[in-house]
Order: sequence, then C-alpha cells, then structure tokens
Amino acid sequence: MELVLALAIGVLAGCGVWLMLRPRTFQAIIGLTLLSYAVNLFIFCIGGLRTGADPVLRAGAPLTQYADPLPQALVLTAIVIGFATTALFLVVLLASRGASGNDHVDGPDGTP
Amino acid sequence: MTLDAALPALLCLPFAGGLLAACMHRRAAATWLTMAVAAAGLLLTLGTWPAMAAGQVLRWTLPWVPALGLDLVLRVDGLAWLFLVLVFGIGLLVTAYARYYMPGEDRLSRLCALLLVFMGAMTGVVTAGNVIQLVFFWELTSLFSFLLIGYWNHGASAREGARTALIVTASGGLCLFAGMLLLGQVAGSYDLDTILGAGAAIRASAQYPVILALVALGALTKSAQFPFHFWLPQAMSAPTPVSAYLHSATMVKAGVFLLLRLWPVLAGTQAWFWAIGGAGLASLLLGAVAASFQRDLKAVLAYSTVSHLGLITMLLGLGNGLGAVAAIFHIVNHATFKASLFMAAGAVDHETGTRDLRRLGGLYRAMPITAGLAVVASAAMAGVPLLNGFLSKEMFFAVALTTTQGPVTDVVVATLAVVASAFSVLYSLRFVVGVFFGRARDALPRVPHEPLRWMRAPIGLLALACLLVGMLPAATIGAPLAAAAHAVLGAATPAYNLAVWHGWNAPLLMSAMALVGGCVGFVLLRNWLNRHDVPAWVERFDTRRLYERGLAWLTVDLPAALQPAFPARRLQVQLRLIVLVALIAAGAATWGATMRFGLAPSPVDPLFAGLWLLGGVGAIAAARRAKYHRLSALVLTGGVGLVLCVSFAWLSAPDLALTQLVVEAVTTIVLLLGLRWLPKRVDEHSTPTVRERVRRWRDGSLAVLAGGGLATLAYLAMRHPVADSASRFYLENAYAQGGGHNVVNVILVDFRGFDTLGEITVLVIVALSVFTLLRRFRPAPESIGVPRQQQLQAAVGHDDGVTPMVEDLRIPGLIIKWLAPVVVMLGVHLFLRGHDLPGGGFAAGVAVSVALIFLYMARGARWVEARLRVAPLRWAALGLLIASATGFGALAFGQPFLTSHARHLALPLLGELPLASAMLFDLGVFGAVVGATSLMLVALAHQSLRRPHRGDDPETS
Repeated sequence: MELVLALAIGVLAGCGVWLMLRPRTFQAIIGLTLLSYAVNLFIFCIGGLRTGADPVLRAGAPLTQYADPLPQALVLTAIVIGFATTALFLVVLLASRGASGNDHVDGPDGTP
Repeated sequence: MTLDAALPALLCLPFAGGLLAACMHRRAAATWLTMAVAAAGLLLTLGTWPAMAAGQVLRWTLPWVPALGLDLVLRVDGLAWLFLVLVFGIGLLVTAYARYYMPGEDRLSRLCALLLVFMGAMTGVVTAGNVIQLVFFWELTSLFSFLLIGYWNHGASAREGARTALIVTASGGLCLFAGMLLLGQVAGSYDLDTILGAGAAIRASAQYPVILALVALGALTKSAQFPFHFWLPQAMSAPTPVSAYLHSATMVKAGVFLLLRLWPVLAGTQAWFWAIGGAGLASLLLGAVAASFQRDLKAVLAYSTVSHLGLITMLLGLGNGLGAVAAIFHIVNHATFKASLFMAAGAVDHETGTRDLRRLGGLYRAMPITAGLAVVASAAMAGVPLLNGFLSKEMFFAVALTTTQGPVTDVVVATLAVVASAFSVLYSLRFVVGVFFGRARDALPRVPHEPLRWMRAPIGLLALACLLVGMLPAATIGAPLAAAAHAVLGAATPAYNLAVWHGWNAPLLMSAMALVGGCVGFVLLRNWLNRHDVPAWVERFDTRRLYERGLAWLTVDLPAALQPAFPARRLQVQLRLIVLVALIAAGAATWGATMRFGLAPSPVDPLFAGLWLLGGVGAIAAARRAKYHRLSALVLTGGVGLVLCVSFAWLSAPDLALTQLVVEAVTTIVLLLGLRWLPKRVDEHSTPTVRERVRRWRDGSLAVLAGGGLATLAYLAMRHPVADSASRFYLENAYAQGGGHNVVNVILVDFRGFDTLGEITVLVIVALSVFTLLRRFRPAPESIGVPRQQQLQAAVGHDDGVTPMVEDLRIPGLIIKWLAPVVVMLGVHLFLRGHDLPGGGFAAGVAVSVALIFLYMARGARWVEARLRVAPLRWAALGLLIASATGFGALAFGQPFLTSHARHLALPLLGELPLASAMLFDLGVFGAVVGATSLMLVALAHQSLRRPHRGDDPETS
C-alpha cells in the first residue's frame, strides 16, 4: 500500500510541476490542482495508513483503534483553501486573458 | 485614587466622540458634540490640577503583555497637564471657529470626527507612560494629520501637502520607534518612569549617539525643523481651522514635547547641544527670513511657526535648566498667539476672498475688531512688552547669552538670536500693517465686513490670554509653568523670575535692538518686498527639492534600475527557480539522513493498486491534453480527484472523502464556467523546434525529479514509525471537552477554532476579490460573440438568448431541478450530524451552494433569480458575524476568545440532545462557506448574461 501511494504522490506531483512550468494559463491551473492533490495526499499519509480504523469515537474503544485525526483536519483545511485559490486564480486568468488578448502566463509579453 | 481614574476617561473620550461624530448628519450636532467633548476633556484636566499643584504624578496601568514590558500606562505630570490644557482648550476654540468658517454645504461630520480622533491621538502622545505606546499615538497623529491636511481632497495641492506631511512625519516616527526600542533596551524597560530614572546610564552607554540621532529625527520631522521644515508650508492647503489647531498648538508641538519629555535622559551632552541646538538655530533664522518674503498670509504664519519652533528647539538644545523653562513658557505663548493669528488670517480670507498680502490693505475700517485682535496677537509674536511673547523672548535672550559653550559661541548665538528676532518683528509688522492698515483696496473678491461673533470670540479669548499672561505672568501662568518645569527638571529646577520688569539688563537691550531693527527694516524693505518674489538665495535653503528628488529616485529610478538584475518579468522563469530551490533545499535537508524502516509494509490491495493505476494514467493524460483539449483535461483531473476521494474513504477518513467530493464538484463547475472565455486552440501537430525540445526536456526532468523526490520522501515517511503527536490529546479530549464524537470536526470548530475563523475569513475575502474582479471583467473581443453551440441552437429556433439549454436539456433539467432540494437537505443533514458523525460546516456549505448552481445550470440565471432571492454577500457576512460572535460570547463568561461550552440538554419530544457552542460556530462556518462559494459561482455564471445586454459596450459593463 505504501508503495502504491508513494508512486501516486510522485506521479501527481510530477504532472503538476510539469504543467505549472507550461506557458498557458489553463495548463498552470490544472497543474496547481494536481500538485495540491499530491500535497494533500502526502500530508494525509504522514499520519500513517489505517484501513478499517474508526473515524468517530465509540464508547469503550481503545485509542489505538482510531484513525489519526490531526492530518485529516489539516488536509480538510487545505482542500477548502485550495478551492479558494483555484477560483481566484481562474478569475485572474480570465482578467489577464481579457486584458492581454491571449492566454500566456506572461500576459501581453508572452507569445500569443 | 479618584484622580487617577480620570486618565482613561480622558483618553477614551475623544475617540468615542470621533466615532459618534462620524455618524452625525447635521452640522450643528457634529460641532456641538466636538465642543462638548473638548470642554469635558478640558474640565477633567482642570479637575486634576490639585494633584499637579502638589507635584504628584497621576498613573493608571492596564497590564497587557507584562512579560514584554508592554503595559498600557497613562501618566500625567505637570508637563503633560499643560499640553492637555492646550490640546483640549485650543481644540474647543478651533471647533467653535470652524463651525462658522467652513463652507455652508459641508456637514462637518468628517471634519469633527477627524479633529476629535486627532485630539485623542495627541492626548495619547502626551499621557503615554510607556515609550512604545507614545510611538503608537505619535504615528496616529501623523496619520490623522494626513487626513486633516488633505481634507479638501479634490484639490491637488491638498493631496500633495498631505502626502508630504505624512511621508516626512511618519518616516520620522519610524526612526523614533527604533530609537525608543534601543532606549528601552538600554534602560531595561519601556516604562517612561524607569527610563527617566536611568538618564545617566543611557548617556554613558555606547548606543547613546544612535538613540539621540533616531529620537532627534523623530522630533525634528514632527516639529518641522530644518532640514525637514518643508512639509509645513506645503501643509497650508489644509482648512484654516486645521492649521490653527495642528500647526500652532498640537501636531508640531509634539516634537518639542518629546524633546522635553526625554530632556532629563538625553540632554546635556555635546552631541545634544550641536544636533538639537544647531537644528533649532538654523530653523529660527531660516524661518524668520523666509517668512518675511512670503506673500500668502498663511505662508507667513507657516514659516514663522518654523522659526518659533526653532527658537524652542534651540532653547532645549542649550541643555541648561533655564532653557527648558523658557522653552515650556514659549510653547504655551506660541500656541496662543499663533492659533489666534491663524484664525485671524482665516477670518480675513473668509471675508475678503484672498490671502495675498499685496492685494489686501486698509481692512481696519471694515473689520475693526478683528484688526484689533490681530494687532495684539502679532505684537505678542513680535515680542512687544506687556505681551506674553515678550516675556519668553526675554528669557530666550538671557539663556542665549549663557550657552556654556564658551564666549565665542555666546556672542554668535546672541547675535543670531537678535537678528532672527528683528526679522520676527519685520514679518509681524508686515502681516498687520499690510492687511489692516494703509490704503483700502477695492478690487477684492468680496466686500469685507466684520466676521460673525462666534468666529471672533475664539480669537478674542486667545488675544486676551496673550494680554493677561503678558501683564500678570506670575498670577496666570506661574503655577502651571512651575509644575511643568518641575516635572521635567525635578529638584534641579533653576530659580527664575516671571516679573514683567527685570530692570535695565542685557536681554532688555537685545529686545530693544530687535524691535528697532525690525521696524527700520520694515520701513526700508516694505515696498521692495511687495514687488519682489522670494529671492533665490532663500530658495536655496528649501530642502523640498531635495526631498522630491530623493522620493523620485526611491520610487521610480531605483526599482527601474534593479528590475533587470532580477528575472522578475517572466512567470515561468520564476516558477522554475522556485521548483529548483525547493528541490535543492529538500535534497540538502535529507542528504545523508539515516532512515529506519520501523513499520512493516501493509499488504497491497489489488483493487487499490488498480484504482491508482487509473488515477496515475488520468493525471498523465490530463497533463498531456491540457494545452489543446481543455475540456477533456478538466474531466480527467476531476477523475483523479474522485480517485483521491475514494482513497480517503478507503484509508478511514470519511470526512476528507466527503469534503473532497463536494469541493471537487464545485471546482469543476467553476473551471467549466471559465472555459468559455479562453481562446480557441487547435492542435497543429507541428514538429517542435530545437529550443522547444530543450525546454521540454529541462522542465520534464525537473518534474521527474520533483515527483520522484516527493515519492521517495512519502515512502520513507510512511515506513517511519509515527511519533506520539498531539493527536492523542485530541482523541482523549474531543468528547470530554468538545462534546463531539467526530474528532476531526471538533478539532476544526473547537480546539483549533481560531484557525478556522481565519480560514473562513480568507475564503470570504477571496470570494469578494473574485466578485470585484469579475465586475470589471473585459472579455477578449473574439470571445464576446455567441458560442457556436448557441448559434446552432438559434438556427433551429430554440434559443431565446437567455436560457439556451432549457429546451434541449428538458429531462436532465427537470431531474436537476428536483434534485436541488434534495441536495440542500443533504447539506443540512451533513451540518446537523457534523459534530458526531462525518460532515460539518464546510462540506454542508459547499453542498448547499452546489444545489444552487445546479438550479442555475438547469434553468438559467434569470429563472432562478426571478424565483429565489440569493444574497450570497449576506450569507457570508452573517456567517462571519455568527462565528466571531460565538468567539466573543466566551469573553462575556470571562473565558478567552472562542472557548466553547458543551452540554447535553433534555428537551421534550426530541429527547436528550448534545448541544455545544461549537455548533453555533460551525453554523457560522456553514454560512460563510455558502456565501463565499455561491458568490463566486453566481458571479461567474452571470458573465454569460453580459452578452445580451452590455457585452458590446465594454465601458458600461
């Protein structure tokens, strides 16, 4: 399982970085989305992998029975903030597209 | 003690009054309120006199961060008391004056509010018992003086003057801040009393020159001393009541107040003598000469203020006790006569329509009372016997004769003092004679007549004060001056005599010389002055050009020169550098680290591996297709998101899975809404050039390195045993303290509620930015037209231009419409169970906004908005309010911000219900998320409506 997840993180991050370095704004936005998937998964996995653990407190269950709540809370926050960043980036992309007439990340200075 | 309790009231009164005045809509109400506040402040101050007379120091302390030595300390001694009387007393008179001076259409609520807040800031400066607190209020005065000088912000000169004043005085304030920090370090405390007691140690320390330089920069900029004096003449574009208040009695006096305050600590060294005394002498001379050449009444007064403040600064710079006493005395005298002169100049301007000395003359016939008052005030400024200015000038001459720096310095200083005083006589005469006497002029913009009684009364009161102090000094100013001098000098207060007649002595001779010299100069130069501009050699000392050139270099030339040195122009280069630096940093941090594989790998579930095979292929395909096939790239990315969502569920994190699912949906919709405005791109399959190949290989290897590195790191981290983290605490206490079974939710809304409050605030700010940016959105010309799909629909007659999809998507539209209430119910369900089961405010909020956008998609914006009032801004605002109110609610029970309370309530019919105040907080989160998300979605969706109305006219959209 660890290997599968590590490979998944690697592939997502690699695709994300590649796309972020591309010249078109839409590529960059997709790249950011993929990169944030990779980072969220990474943070989540740091807490240790648990399948079939209890996410919610039950009476009488030992503490070792539960999934680690801390990385989950962190990632939950990250997901929401990630959405906000994507939306803001999209609007900046649209404004830049309207102002410069092309969709290059450098606006009017980039090649159309 | 009861008198100590008056101090916080003194400080809070003007600020509270300012808030209230800002809400006033009637001129009379605003000015009455301001006068009432000033009068109350004055009475409170006067009420503390018994303590001052007894030589006590009033203190009031509110501990804030005692560990850092940061307490709110209010401290009033004789010096602060005297300044408080000036701040409130002259504030009261100026407000009465402003009510009749300001143009009739102005409701004055803004002016009154700003004056009051400025009054509060000044009160803060003079009552500060902690030096950091002093700097805080000091900068506040700079800020509000900026707003007051630029009060008539439609005028370019007002804006310019306000900006210059702010840049000069606020930069000085920053220097002062640094100086105070050093001072506090050397003294071991930021408390003023401790610092005042550590004078000898501070003067002996190695940091003394730095401290002195920084404090001097603060004081000299504030008091408009050479070479920073240029901001004051420029600030004359302020309304005259503002000038009368700020530039005679308060703002500019803050600088000399500071020098007096720190006099026991910093004064008495050679460095102090040359820095402070030198700047004072230069300003004294330069201001007096420059004032003589001005034509604008207010410019004369501005330069004369520079000169008189120079006199005060020089007195302080001499470093002996008598100098300090004379400085305090002259501060009060200057405030009275200069404020009344400013008001008189304003009255002349108000009644005649001009302030040009060459156009005015003979006004004593039309305005005899104003003329009489102005004569008294100018005579005080010139130092005529029997007026207050004469007394302090006598003291000044006496001090100037004994600089303690040797006979040569004595003679030079004394001569220059007489010369400057002669010029002071000259410009006072020019002011009075030029305006009120001589031939009456006809060509004035208005026919002059006496101003209203209420406009004259403040001038009259101040002129009366000049006379009273001038004739009966010991009976009027004697006791307060003694208290103030004692507050600064303590036991070292020198003996001084406040009598009008000191006998035949050197200072009297110097006064006579200055008076005669000034009169002769005026008679000789009068006509020449009226015919000529300011001579070039006076202009040469004007440091304004230097300042302007420096500012231009700092804000335009320097950035332009630096720009080529940094690869800041191209985003791709920057991003590549960021990735490279991150790689190097991560590599350097992990190089040579030994890893323990403490955990055995868990068995691979083939289904899970297959799932991620799909996810990986999807990600790579999305990366390949993002350039030409945006829609399919978006769909593929959404697919990867779903794989992620399933993984979260698989790995025992249902909360994450749920949030990922709803957020994924909204992100996809947002991006879909944006796709329409991007340019069309066709895959041409051209063979890449060598440069493109090189670039791709370079980026590709960076991506592989980044991905490989992160994968390795993740693998190693997952095999590493998990340390005992804070999670244990959360698991143990989630139910006991937070009252919820869902630990993740309890962490978010209870244990780390402050973070969540910040997060929803960020979300709302982002939504507002999106909304604002889209209001100004200009689509590119080629995407304004109707999309091809809608053109085709129009051809078969299905398109009404507004709800294009309705006919073609009748059945899906119907399903979506029926589904929307179900999704809303799902949101409510998720919210209600959030504290105990997977769910919560975030997921619920996003789900509800998804339902909303479903409706928009199915029926079009018009249809939805005709039937449903969507007010995303209100949702967001209400959500934030509820969340913060929950936090503040804890304060009401004496608990820290955002402390939550949980309890199980037994209700009839419903049985036992768990209720926690964190639920209320989660409701706020829910509201803010609904508001923010739907604000973004609706704003984007509305872009498709702009075409039928206004799309062809970008100026109106």
